[in-house]
Amino acid sequence: MIYLDYQATTPLAPEVRAAMLPWLDRFGNPHSPHRLGREAAAAIDIATAGVAAALGDAAGRGRLVFTSGATEAANWALQGALRQGLRRKIVTIATEHACVLDTAAWLGEQGAEIVALPVGADGLVDLDAATAAIDERTALVAAMLVNNEIGVIQPIETLAALAHEAGALFFCDAVQGFGRVDLPLDACDLVAISAHKIHGPKGIGALWLRPGLDWPAFIHGGGQQQGLRSGTLSPMLCAGFGTAARIAEQCHTRDLIHVNGLALFLEHMFKDWTINGDREARYRGNLNLRRDGVDAGRLISEVREVAFSAGSACASGSGRPSHVLRAIGLTEMQARTSIRLGFGRYTTQEEVEQAARLIDQAAARQLEWA
Amino acid sequence: MPDRVYLDHAATTPMLPQARAAMAAAFDRWANPSSPHAEGRAARAALEDARTRIKTALGWDHELIFASGASEAAALALARATLPHRAVSAVEHDCLHRARADAEIIAVDANGAANLDAIPEQALVAIQTVNSETGVIQPAEATAAAIRERGGLWLADAAQSAGKLPLPDADMIIVSAHKLGGPPGIGALLIRDLSALAPTGGQEKGYRGGTENLPAAIGFATALEARGSRAHLPVLRQLLDETICAAGGEIVAEQSPRLPEIASYRLPGVAAAAQLIELDLGGVAVSAGSACSSGTLKPSRVLEAMGWPETAAREVIRVSLAPQTTQAEIELFLQLWTTLAGRRRAA
Repeated sequence: MIYLDYQATTPLAPEVRAAMLPWLDRFGNPHSPHRLGREAAAAIDIATAGVAAALGDAAGRGRLVFTSGATEAANWALQGALRQGLRRKIVTIATEHACVLDTAAWLGEQGAEIVALPVGADGLVDLDAATAAIDERTALVAAMLVNNEIGVIQPIETLAALAHEAGALFFCDAVQGFGRVDLPLDACDLVAISAHKIHGPKGIGALWLRPGLDWPAFIHGGGQQQGLRSGTLSPMLCAGFGTAARIAEQCHTRDLIHVNGLALFLEHMFKDWTINGDREARYRGNLNLRRDGVDAGRLISEVREVAFSAGSACASGSGRPSHVLRAIGLTEMQARTSIRLGFGRYTTQEEVEQAARLIDQAAARQLEWA
Repeated sequence: MPDRVYLDHAATTPMLPQARAAMAAAFDRWANPSSPHAEGRAARAALEDARTRIKTALGWDHELIFASGASEAAALALARATLPHRAVSAVEHDCLHRARADAEIIAVDANGAANLDAIPEQALVAIQTVNSETGVIQPAEATAAAIRERGGLWLADAAQSAGKLPLPDADMIIVSAHKLGGPPGIGALLIRDLSALAPTGGQEKGYRGGTENLPAAIGFATALEARGSRAHLPVLRQLLDETICAAGGEIVAEQSPRLPEIASYRLPGVAAAAQLIELDLGGVAVSAGSACSSGTLKPSRVLEAMGWPETAAREVIRVSLAPQTTQAEIELFLQLWTTLAGRRRAA
């Protein structure tokens, strides 16, 4: 099986696995004061430092709070922002991940004002619309670094500047870009990240808080993580996340060169296809392609040797056409002809070449019989 | 990942296993192809078979004179051509410059393209197909037309392009086996009309004396037939070009059409010798310019001809690929190279 669905999740790095395994047996509660507890707490401190450093906060000036994943972090960011004061408006982008859009929609039902900014055909946010929408009623601007379906990189610094000029907070969903694309951390008040997108374990993510940000707790209980997010931490998951982050930082250049090389091969082999989203402002390990007349859903079931998707894993089971592809102006039909190929550190040149052949041949068969 | 990554295929490239096997078998045909006895006749038949196979693989219908390599083929053409004059482009391989010191020099522009307006009348004109340092491809049709207009003959050094690009429409073509997976010690002069050369007597219809090197000829033919696919090389070259430019490097003759197999890159501020040492320690073999000159301290004559100042020319390395080159090999090189580039910025 050739795995080309790196945006859905990534294979666990062997180093991460090795870092996690001892913590199946070292069962101490990291919040206990005895030796077993202190040992676990130390592992969590090391993990925190590793993740913060990969994020660009090696000095640990901000606060990194572990969560169950990025979905929880995004929920916390959006809900927390409305609890901060009198402002009741959230400005986000129409192509955000469901964890942001659905939370925003739910907050809208509670009476908040929600604006989902449109994007151009290139998938990049409409900055005129952003300028108009971000005002003194805005509590939070939420924008993703790298889109999970089409890989485009949003102008984070510009959006953050608009937010700050209006006195609003800026939240960045950096899940797909973390460890891969430069994140302007200084421009952000809140950042959500996830371990399993960087070859770490599922079940852990984090919300990073800018230095000095006064922030309400989300989950109440034992007062763990400085009272911000209660619940016993898993030293195993934290150690895995920390190791994954450390490797991502060390291997950054190597991974980038590798991904660029694979992307060049794929772009070369899919010449008859159209790339969805901007060609330049993108993370190249995410290639979203369409070809008229192709049925992406059928293609995925026909090419059994390759694991790839038609969009986000969350949405691709639903049968609904992707909201991202609709937002960039594709018709429902065009959206249904689109596939997403995601690849990274452990993908080989032979794999992408073989996968491209299989997919392209299956697509050609579909077109022939159509 | 292999222990060593070899990215100096323009200097010489490993013999293909098929060529080795064919040569090993050919050593059993030890007879002299010019002997009249049965053993000799068998060797002759094998030699002619190798000649036909090489011509077929290259797509050449005319004469082929075996020589000990490209250098000898070049010397033979420049020494024996019946035309009164000689001209050699400024970026030709040293073997052409050395063969006729009295040849007129045809200048090149900053992109490495020969000045076709400067071609003299009635001359044997040596203009290569592909430059061995920069990979720049000379425009074949325009070159052929310009030389013929002036009553001359085109001597095309195709040592770097044979087996990769189609042969040009030239009057004489130089090829070499060890640049394409065959053995060192054999090359050939392809010639449209033998009457353009004065014969010397001896073997090869009187145009090249010396016992024919049958095993090498068979290795040459087999290598040409066994060459692997080049389809992935443009992508690997693009990865090299993009990554190096993004990290502050410079592509030599970026504006020119270039063979994917060969390119040179400059890392401003870091001497090529220092780059070579770092890369070698890291497990990657590349070169500074051509192998012939990189052992010396002279800066590249090719870059000088293109108008490069000496200091900049001394910061250029050549990275050359072959069909067997993989993405993993290119990635290792690029990691080392970008580390070097990063250290320079930090310094």
